[in-house]
Order: sequence, then C-alpha cells, then structure tokens
Amino acid sequence: MAKPKVAIYWNASCGGCEEAWVDLNEDILAVADAVDIVLWPVALDFKKSHVEALDDGEIAVSFLNGGVRTSEQEEWSHLLRRKSGLIIAFGACAHLGGIPGLANFYTKDDIFEAAYGYLPTVENKEGTTPQLTTKMPEGELELPEIYDTVYPLDQIIDVDYYIPGCTVPADLIMEAVTAVLKGELPPKGSVLAPSKSLCDECDRNDSKPDKMEITELKRPHLTFMDPEKCFLAEGVICMGPATRAGCGQRCINANMPCRGCFGPTDDVKDHGAKFLSALASIIEINDPEEMDRLVESIPDPSGLSYMYSLASSLLARKRFERETVKA
Amino acid sequence: MGQRITIDPITRLEGHGKIEIFLDDKGDVANAYFQVPELRGFEKFAEGRMAEEMPRITPKICGVCPTTHHLASTKALDDLFHVDPPRPAKLIRELINSAFLTEDHALHFYFLGGPDFVVGPDAPAGERNILGVVAKVGLEIGGYVIEMRKRIRNIITVLGGRVIHPVCGLPGGVSKGLTAEDREEFLKTAEDAIEFAKFSLGIFGDVVLKNDTYVNLIVGDVYKHQTYYMGLVDENNKVNLYDGDVRVVTPTGEEFAKFKPQAYTEHIAEHVEPWSYIKYPYLKNVGWKGFVDGPDSGVYRVAPLARLNASDGMATPLAQVEYEKMYETLGGKPAHNTLAYHWARLVELLYSAERMKELLEDDDIMSDNIRTIPTETPTEGVGIVEAPRGTLIHHYKTDERGVITMANLIVATVGNSAAICMSIERAARGLIKGGNVNEGLLNMVEMAFRAYDPCFGCATHSVPGEMPLVVEVKNQDGEVVERLSQFVDG
Repeated sequence: MAKPKVAIYWNASCGGCEEAWVDLNEDILAVADAVDIVLWPVALDFKKSHVEALDDGEIAVSFLNGGVRTSEQEEWSHLLRRKSGLIIAFGACAHLGGIPGLANFYTKDDIFEAAYGYLPTVENKEGTTPQLTTKMPEGELELPEIYDTVYPLDQIIDVDYYIPGCTVPADLIMEAVTAVLKGELPPKGSVLAPSKSLCDECDRNDSKPDKMEITELKRPHLTFMDPEKCFLAEGVICMGPATRAGCGQRCINANMPCRGCFGPTDDVKDHGAKFLSALASIIEINDPEEMDRLVESIPDPSGLSYMYSLASSLLARKRFERETVKA
Repeated sequence: MGQRITIDPITRLEGHGKIEIFLDDKGDVANAYFQVPELRGFEKFAEGRMAEEMPRITPKICGVCPTTHHLASTKALDDLFHVDPPRPAKLIRELINSAFLTEDHALHFYFLGGPDFVVGPDAPAGERNILGVVAKVGLEIGGYVIEMRKRIRNIITVLGGRVIHPVCGLPGGVSKGLTAEDREEFLKTAEDAIEFAKFSLGIFGDVVLKNDTYVNLIVGDVYKHQTYYMGLVDENNKVNLYDGDVRVVTPTGEEFAKFKPQAYTEHIAEHVEPWSYIKYPYLKNVGWKGFVDGPDSGVYRVAPLARLNASDGMATPLAQVEYEKMYETLGGKPAHNTLAYHWARLVELLYSAERMKELLEDDDIMSDNIRTIPTETPTEGVGIVEAPRGTLIHHYKTDERGVITMANLIVATVGNSAAICMSIERAARGLIKGGNVNEGLLNMVEMAFRAYDPCFGCATHSVPGEMPLVVEVKNQDGEVVERLSQFVDG
C-alpha cells in the first residue's frame, strides 16, 4: 500500500513550528518512515509547480503553520487546500493568528511609517519605501504584497483540524500523526488537544484558596512569584482559566504565568473576552475608586488578554475599512 | 536587455529571501540583488504593549534563535527599568545563552554549512547534507550529534520553561533558579559539550585543513570582502557573547569604535532600498556608499568571524588556542575570508561549551538571589547580546507606566544584509561568464551566503539537509530557458 502523502508548509511564521518537528528527535525518523513527505520547503526541493502537478486531494494531510498576511501566502493556502484531503492548522499563528496577529492593532502603512520612517536608526531623507515593483537599470524587481491584516488560516481556507500552541509540543504532534495514520480522527473542526482549561491540570491547583478573591493586580516584574502558588490567587495575571490545557505547563514550570498560546477551550469563541470575564468574577472590590485603580494598574488589557488570539477574536482587528480577501 | 536569473531559495517560497541576477548583453553579470520579501512589523505592534511582556513577544521574530531575542529583550528591560540584576541571575542568563550558542553552532556545522566541506563542494548534490556527513565520518556521529543537541537544549528547557521561545527573563533577573540536581547534570553536559566541540574542530582539521583545494577556496578571492567588523567584547577586548561593549575594527584591524549599547544610534544607521523589505545597516561615521567594501564604505559585518576579528582573543583557554591557530593559517587578523566564518563558528562552539562549564562551576549560580524588583520609573533601554548570527540590538522607550512608545530592533542577520548582497554578487560574477551558467554556480553562490548562517525570515536551517536553491535562467520574455536544481525532483 502506498504511504499517505503529507505536506508541511509555512506561511507568516517564525520557524519555531519547523523546529518543533525537528525536536521530535528520533521520532522524526519514524514519521518520515510512515508517510511520504511531498512538501517541506525547509528540507526538500519542491516548487509550487510540483504541488500543482499533483491530483486534487492527492495529499492526505497538509500541516500549515503561520498566519496569512501576503498575497503569496494566500495563494499557497488555496493551492494546498485543493490538493489535500485534510488541512491541519499547526500552531498558534495558523490557529489564532498568534503574536504576529498583534499587528492587527495597526495597518500596513503604520508599520511602514515606523520601519522606514521614524525609528532612530533609519536614514531615509528621500522617504524610500519598498515597492511592489522597482525599475532597476538592469530590469525590474518585484516584491509580494503585504496585507493590512493578519489572518488565521481558517479565515482564508476551510480548515479540518487545529493543533494549538506556540509552538506545538512533541506529544501533540505524534498524537495527531498517529490519529491521521489510523484514521481515528474526531469530528471535523476539532482542536487536537484536551478541552479542559490549563487550571484544571495545573500543579499549583492545590494552592488555590476555596474562594478566589483578589483586590489588586500585580505585574510580574514588580512582585516576587512564589513557585508553588497559583498566580491569579497572588494577583498576577495568568491566562490559565480561559486557556486550553495540553501544553505541559511549560511556562508555569519556569515560574511564569500563562499567556494563552493554546487558545480557548471548545465552547469558547473569543479567548480574550472569556479571560476578562473569568478575571472579573474573582475581583473582590466594591469601591468604584479602588476599582478604577485596579483597572489602571494594567495599562494594556487588550494586548495581554488577546496576546495570541487578536486576529481570531470577534473584533479581529482595530476597525478600519476592511480589505477584501482575494479568493 | 540581457538574461535574468532568479535564485529562489525554496525554503523561502512564501518569501523571506530571493536572489535576482541580471546578465548583460555579453552574458556577464550586470548586477545581483538579494531581496527579502516579508515584513511582520514587530517594531510597530510592540507599541502599546506592556514592556515586561516584550521578552515573551519578541522571540516570535525567530523560532530558530528565540533565546537570544529573549535575552536581548530582557537586558533592554534592565536598562529601561534602571535595575541591575543580582550576579546569580546574570550567570543563569549567560548559561542559557551559552547553551544556545553551543547547540545552534553545532547544528549549523553538521546540518547546514559543514556538508559543503566535509562531503565536498563539488560532491553530488544529493549527498551534500547531514546524511553525507554521516556517511563520510561514520554512522555513529549522527546519533552523537542528535544526542548532544538534545542534552544541550534541555538546559534551556529546564531554565527557560521551553526551548523554543523561553520565558524566564524579567527586568532585574530571572524567574527561576537552578537546583543542585540540575547543576550536576548540566555540568556533565557542559563537559561532554567541550569534548564534542573538540571533536568537531578535529573533523574540520582533518577534512578541510588537510585538503589544499578547500584551503584554497577559503583563502581565495571569490569569497573575500574587506569590511569593518563588529562584536561584543569584555573589559580585556576578549569575545563575549552575552555582555560587554560593542567594538568595531577597520578593514585593516585597528579599533574604529568602542561603545556602550546605549550609544548604538551614534554609530549605526540603516539604509532603505525600494526593492527589499530588509534594511541595510552601516557605520554612520563612515557613511553609506552602496554595496561596496573597503575603508570608505560603512558596510560592516557581524557574526562569528566578525566577532573574532573585532576582538583580541577568546576568554577561555582551549578556544584561545584555536583562535591563534585559525589566524596563523589565514595569514593574520582581520581575516576577510567569508568561508572562514565556518571555522570561527567552531572556535566559538568550543568557547561557548567552555563558558557553560565555567558558569556552572561558579557557586554563585546556586544562590536563590535571582531577582531585584525594579523601583524606578521606566524610561528608555537598550539591550545587546551576540546571537549566533550576529550582534542583536533591542531598544525600547516607554511612558511612565511602562507601556512601549518606541521599539527599534536591529536583528542579527540584518547586520550582514549588505555584505550578503555583495558576497552573492561576487560569487555570481566569478562564475557566470559569457552567459554560461554551470551547475557549480548553484553551490558556489549558495556557499557565499550560507557561510553567514543566514536567518532571514528567521528559519532557514533547522532541518537535516541544506538550504536548497533553484536557479532559473530566464530570457527577456520571462521564459525559463534553463532550470538547475540541487535536489533530484521527487
């Protein structure tokens, strides 16, 4: 029997999700043995034309990491959708937009204005900015278009499954690959990780008081964090209550609070809103002035509670005339 | 109009790096351009964020070198919040940085750059990869490399929470200390890493230095640029990868500048071109003269060879011996030979491993005094560390609540962006004559930029094999007249 064809591709990503595959260490050899990898740009030489030459649906499963923010990435996503039986959004950026999705607080012009304009080392009296085409003495040079908005993968193409995390832990990769090979997949649209909150499996759970009541919020650099105690109970913002489990408590193990890279649990659409409501439910303040002080103490609540999920939130981006996504 | 050659690193199909070479009517190289077709705008969207979150945000620039972004960001916060971390915290941070440099340099040698030499620049393309290295030096080496990488990366996992995108850095210290058990295990890892580095230098010596063809390639003219060099040095002008002053030397090796991180804007400026999203840093006090080398051009280089050129030596004994040996063979300092980056990388591999051991042997590292809580109002801060691929600069300004109002980042590979363009152009000129594109071009051009271990969108070199290239020769109608590829089409 022919081995199932598998593609691994990256859009607007940092390469961490490629490293996640390499960090399977010996297991990567087992994976490579069980499947036929037909696209993995970081390791194999396949051009777009090779993928185009495949029959529609010939690739059993494509793992796509990174959000989408250029015309080129959008084209690739559509191509792989057409050629693949299953599309798995791999990692926080494909799943939720990830940290690069914070760029949705701004526009492309804002980004250019900083990068090629007012930053302190830029010497650019002529106001040069990168152009889609530039005429040089020898010929024309082209650059792909950068969009105003970062899109999670499912805003561009139909996605079958999601594997969360920044980056995806090795055990979740192996579980997903095994499920695909055995054909034992949950209903379409599932996130391939436990649907309970990080708090449910947190080692610090026992330190929680019976009733959580907090009267102040502390920024992590301004307080000593007890390595045994629940961060929230101590007033340090931790996204644990609203965030899906399955990461192995990586940040907690380093004595740092969760920032939500696994996104929300199954029943939640808007990760940040869910967290803010969870937070509000444990704040025990009745005096309005004191409440104002507490709100003031966290100057960027939206950047914090939507750190990984701004692009997939109900708001999606700072409002402005939304560009049309070319199909 | 002549022909046009597009070299599209297939690792960058979504667009992080692309090379365009234009030929004139005679078929000689008229010009070559290296383009970076992506921009994610981290500097802009940092604005509005709380400063203490920056060490968790900026590593996402690069999943291959997140550790150095994390540390540069954390150091920028020390400066911003006017807080000096306790010594044990500094030791832990430098340990994390040393572990990272060790595993990353090893990865480059065995998986990416090394195959050109160990297997051979003109070996069949399908063998010029990690498997070819293993075939040449022995089957057990593959397992040895994977095992060492795993153990060294474990140091970062334990201390940083995660090896990809660690989280332990805070202004004034680190979030987690070292246990006696971990220390014992890490010491063993460090000792083994020193042996591993010596072993790697041994392979380089046997396979490369004893082969006249390779030595001629290294010292030859095709891979040479007389530029300025930059790197962090300690108080004795020895290489330091975590802290110190930035030192710049001229193409003839004299000290040109030595400055504190906070003064970097007086020395570095960035040039903008309309045909690339990347910027081109240069020495402000020399000026931008275009993509040219020599003492009148502000183009400087960073990363291993540049760091060794910009220093007076290595601070650890075994690495110092290798440092001297390298310059003796290359005919003195500074060495302008781009391919010598590979050698310098191995000298630093040894240094980082030795440094890990030194740091772990320092009893202070076991202290639980790992944080100083900032008390002053945040204002502005700069943090510089040496990433595997060069000097990495993070610079932030905040309002009084610690909210970012300005973030400027000069990322390691960007420091070499102008030099990479020049190296590619020179290699192309050296090979393409009269319109003849031979297969050697592929690897020769590839070697010109692979020496820098480039990390453009930030992840070019994380997997067995090498950075494959496709060269397409097009006529003026844009039709492909010839296509060369390093890998057999599957």
